[in-house]
Amino acid sequence: MSRKTEILVAGGGPAGLSAALVAAQLGAKVLLVDDNPVLGGQLIKQTHRFFGSSAREAGIRGLIPLVNTAVVGFYGDTQSGILTRESFEEVKFERAIVCTGATENSLNFENNDLPGIYGAGAVQTLMNLHGIRPGKKVLMVGSGNIGLIISYQLIQAGVQVVGILEALPTIGGYLVHASKIRRLGVPIFTGHTILQAHGTNYVEKATICKIDEKFQRIPNTEFDVECDCICLAVGLSPQIELFQQVNCKMVFIPELGGLVPLHDGNMQTSNPRVFVAGDASGIEEATTAILGGRIAGARAYESIFGKNEKAAEIVADAQDELKHLRAGILGERIRWGRDRLLKEIAEC
Amino acid sequence: MLRRDGMDLRIDEHPILSFKKGRKVNFTFDGKKLEGYEGEPIAAALHAAGIKTLRYTPQKNRARGFFCAIGRCSSCMMKVNGDVNVMTCITPLKEGMIVERQKGHGVIEP
Repeated sequence: MSRKTEILVAGGGPAGLSAALVAAQLGAKVLLVDDNPVLGGQLIKQTHRFFGSSAREAGIRGLIPLVNTAVVGFYGDTQSGILTRESFEEVKFERAIVCTGATENSLNFENNDLPGIYGAGAVQTLMNLHGIRPGKKVLMVGSGNIGLIISYQLIQAGVQVVGILEALPTIGGYLVHASKIRRLGVPIFTGHTILQAHGTNYVEKATICKIDEKFQRIPNTEFDVECDCICLAVGLSPQIELFQQVNCKMVFIPELGGLVPLHDGNMQTSNPRVFVAGDASGIEEATTAILGGRIAGARAYESIFGKNEKAAEIVADAQDELKHLRAGILGERIRWGRDRLLKEIAEC
Repeated sequence: MLRRDGMDLRIDEHPILSFKKGRKVNFTFDGKKLEGYEGEPIAAALHAAGIKTLRYTPQKNRARGFFCAIGRCSSCMMKVNGDVNVMTCITPLKEGMIVERQKGHGVIEP
């Protein structure tokens, strides 16, 4: 079977949903493809409600959402393959917006493959979506906002958090989250890392040690912590395979999470038919993903149908809001990353 | 109080969340009868029943559980109803499923 659409959106998280909505509202024929059974990406496992009114307008004309379906490849610039649970289909498109999100990072330590060592997202899925505790005693690795927030969610679910490890000398996430957890009696070990997990068939214990500012192990500082789950909240990497299949130029920018497709302020990649938004364009958070998605949706529409006043307005508003969100000290890293991206474009 | 039989991993009361569960279904794991809720991932039902090892690796025979729980990392592949390499972290549980630990590479029998 084969399908035809004007805009193909790969990924139905906050970025893809927003891109698809904007493009369809402007009048494009949009096919939104997501491999999960429900749209919403990783937002569905958060404990707070994120989507306001826009998600409820999803039944808009011209937008066809396909769930349980994955975009598995691009063949040339205008054709892709999608895999439903039953069959493989071809999709012909004019523009693609790729919002594939990110994958969880792992960490190197002995026995890091033992069952019970789970990614932070996995812990949230299990606990907040399916109502199952990941363990009884959890060791959290990483004190960024994800590590801190999940620690709090674990406590809400009745799980003991035996400690939070942070390799850097200071806590990574917002102090408001960290203070809340410290008040609940959870120790945060800054300047510490995990050396080894112990257990035969699943995690039973972890060995921890102090490290110096060059991340070198300080001898004779090792100690053991009993735990049946180790949660790794050590960052995410953009999911980029699809971009590489359509010859998008890739750049390595650590501040954005690693390898990302080169793209400009219009979220257009080096392949003019392909746009990007969300974590796939650089690890950030849901609000910026939504705004990036709106820009990508509007610009993808304009690149088929020509300049449009309403699209320009959507882009200007989103760019303005992004600038505001990334201002200040907390947006510093992202600003560095974005600046590097612009420099790379200038060099092309 | 937490019970020691594995079912204590299910959250009965939560301060802000409520969980929509499907009907209770029976399935087997390596021949053992287990219960879970229809529609939840197979790996989640096993975890709630205290089973964390889902397969053993081909070369070093190391125990593996799930890692990402969103169908990306392939750590959770098991044999389900005779099919090998099933990603159990995203495959919904159904009544009567026969779930087996996968040892080594999944081999498709002709």
